[in-house]
Amino acid sequence: MAVAASARSGPGVVLLRRLGLPLVVGAALIVLWDVVVRVFAIPAFVIPTPLSVWQALVKDRAMLLDNAVPTIVESLGGFLLGNVVAIAAAIAFVHSRTLERALYPVAVAVRTLPIVAIAPILVLMLGNGYAPKIAIAALITFFPTLVNMVEGLEAADAQAMELMHVLSASRTETFRYVRWPSSLPYLFSAMRIASTSSVLGALVAEWIGTNKGLGYLIVLTTYDFRTALLYAAMAVTSAVALAFFFLVSVLEWLLVRWER
Amino acid sequence: MTFPAADGPVAALDGVSLDVARSEFVALIGPSGCGKSTLLRLVTDVLQPTGGVIEVRGGPPRRARLAREFGFVFQHPGLLAWRSALDNVALPLEVGGWGRHHTPPHRPEALLELVGLSGFERAYPRQLSGGMQQRVSIARALVTGPPILLMDEPFGALDEITRDHLNGELLRIWAATGTTIIFVTHSIPEAVYLANRVCVFSSRPGRVLEEFVIDLPARDPSVKDTPAFVRHTAAVRRALAHAQAG
Repeated sequence: MAVAASARSGPGVVLLRRLGLPLVVGAALIVLWDVVVRVFAIPAFVIPTPLSVWQALVKDRAMLLDNAVPTIVESLGGFLLGNVVAIAAAIAFVHSRTLERALYPVAVAVRTLPIVAIAPILVLMLGNGYAPKIAIAALITFFPTLVNMVEGLEAADAQAMELMHVLSASRTETFRYVRWPSSLPYLFSAMRIASTSSVLGALVAEWIGTNKGLGYLIVLTTYDFRTALLYAAMAVTSAVALAFFFLVSVLEWLLVRWER
Repeated sequence: MTFPAADGPVAALDGVSLDVARSEFVALIGPSGCGKSTLLRLVTDVLQPTGGVIEVRGGPPRRARLAREFGFVFQHPGLLAWRSALDNVALPLEVGGWGRHHTPPHRPEALLELVGLSGFERAYPRQLSGGMQQRVSIARALVTGPPILLMDEPFGALDEITRDHLNGELLRIWAATGTTIIFVTHSIPEAVYLANRVCVFSSRPGRVLEEFVIDLPARDPSVKDTPAFVRHTAAVRRALAHAQAG
C-alpha cells in the first residue's frame, strides 16, 4: 500500500516529506546548540554559537571556497579511481578463482592498515601535490566497492545463469546481460558509502604536507583557536560529502529503474 | 548418469530408456530426487551423462542446444528484473548468436499475446504476479519457435487456480504450435490432464517404472470428472505408491 500511496502523490510531495522531517530535526538541533552555549556560558573558542559560525561562513566564503576546490578534486578523483579499480578487480575475481584466492586476502590486509598511518607514507612516496591525496581517497573507497561488487556479480540468479547456458550465451553475453545488471544495486550501495568516505580520505590526507584544502584549514583553525571558522570549514566539508552522496543517489535512481 | 558426491558417486539415473515422438506431450512424474530434472538437464546439455546416449532430433544435445531446438521453462520464471516483459521474451533473439543467422518465426509481441499478456509489454517482472511471470517465461521459451519445449515443474510454485488456468493455456499453446513437450511435474491430475503419456519414475537410481498412455476424449476442465480421467489418475497413483515403496 505504501508503494501505491507514494505513486499517487507527486514527486514534489514525496521530496518534501523525505526532506522536511530531517530539516526540522536539524533546525531543532541548532536551536538546542545555541541554548546550551548560552545557558552554560561556554567560551566561544570552545564552542562557538551557531550565529558566529554563520557569520564566519559568510565573511570567509571566498577563502572557504578556495580551500574546498582542492578537496573536491581530490575526493572526486579518488572516488573515481578507487571505484574503477575495484570494479575491474571484482570482474577479474569473478572470472578467475585463482586470482581471487591470491589477491582477495591481500586486499583485506591492506584494508586493515590505518589510513592515518598510510597517509604520511604516501606523501613521502608521491610528493606534496594531488597524487597522494587522490591515492588515499581511492584507497578508502576501494574496499567497500570491491566487496560489494564481488558479492553483486556472484548474486546473479542461478536460474538466469542456467538460462544463459541453455541459450548458448557467451561469457561476455552472460556478463553483460545477467551479471553486470544484477550487480548494479550492490555497486550503488557501495558507492553511497564511498561517496562520503572519499571526502574523509582527502581530508585526512590534507592534514599532512599541504597548505590548502579543507583538511588543512580544519587543522590550522584548530591550532589558532579560530573555532567559528573551524566549524564553518566542517560545515562546508559536510556539504561537499552530502552533495556527492546526493549525486550517487540520483545516478542510482536513473540507472536502477527496475528496483523502484 | 552418476554424480560425484562426498561418499562416492551417486547414481541419479540408471537404465532410463525413453523415446519421445514429435508433437507428443510426455509428463514425467516421480518422487522427489528421482532424477526427472536431471534428465531434462541432460537433454539441454547443462549436464553431461557419465554413460549412455541422448539424442535430440538425431544428434547430440549440444548440437540441439546450439541450434535452439528446445525451449526451457524453469520452476521459477528466472526473468531478468531489469528488462521489461517484452524485452525478457526477446532475450533469446539477442544472445547466443542465434538471431544473427535465423529470422525469428514470431514477434515477441505476438508471443506475449499468445500467453495472454497483451498490454503488459512495458511492465517490469516485479510488477507482475507469479503466474504472469511464468507466462512471460513460457513466451520466452517459445520465441525462437523451438520444436521441443522442456518444462521443469513450471507451475509447481503457483496456487491451484492459477495452475488450472495455465494448464488450459498450455494445452491451447500446444495445439497452436504442435511443439513436442516434456513436462516434469509432482501433480498426478496435472500429468494426466495435460499429457499423451505419463512416465512414472522411481528413485535412486532414477528409472522409468511404468508408462501410461492417456487417451482422454477431450481436453477441457470437464474431463476431470469423467470415469476415464479418474481411472487414469488412480493407475498413476498406484504406480507412484509402488515407486515410493520400492
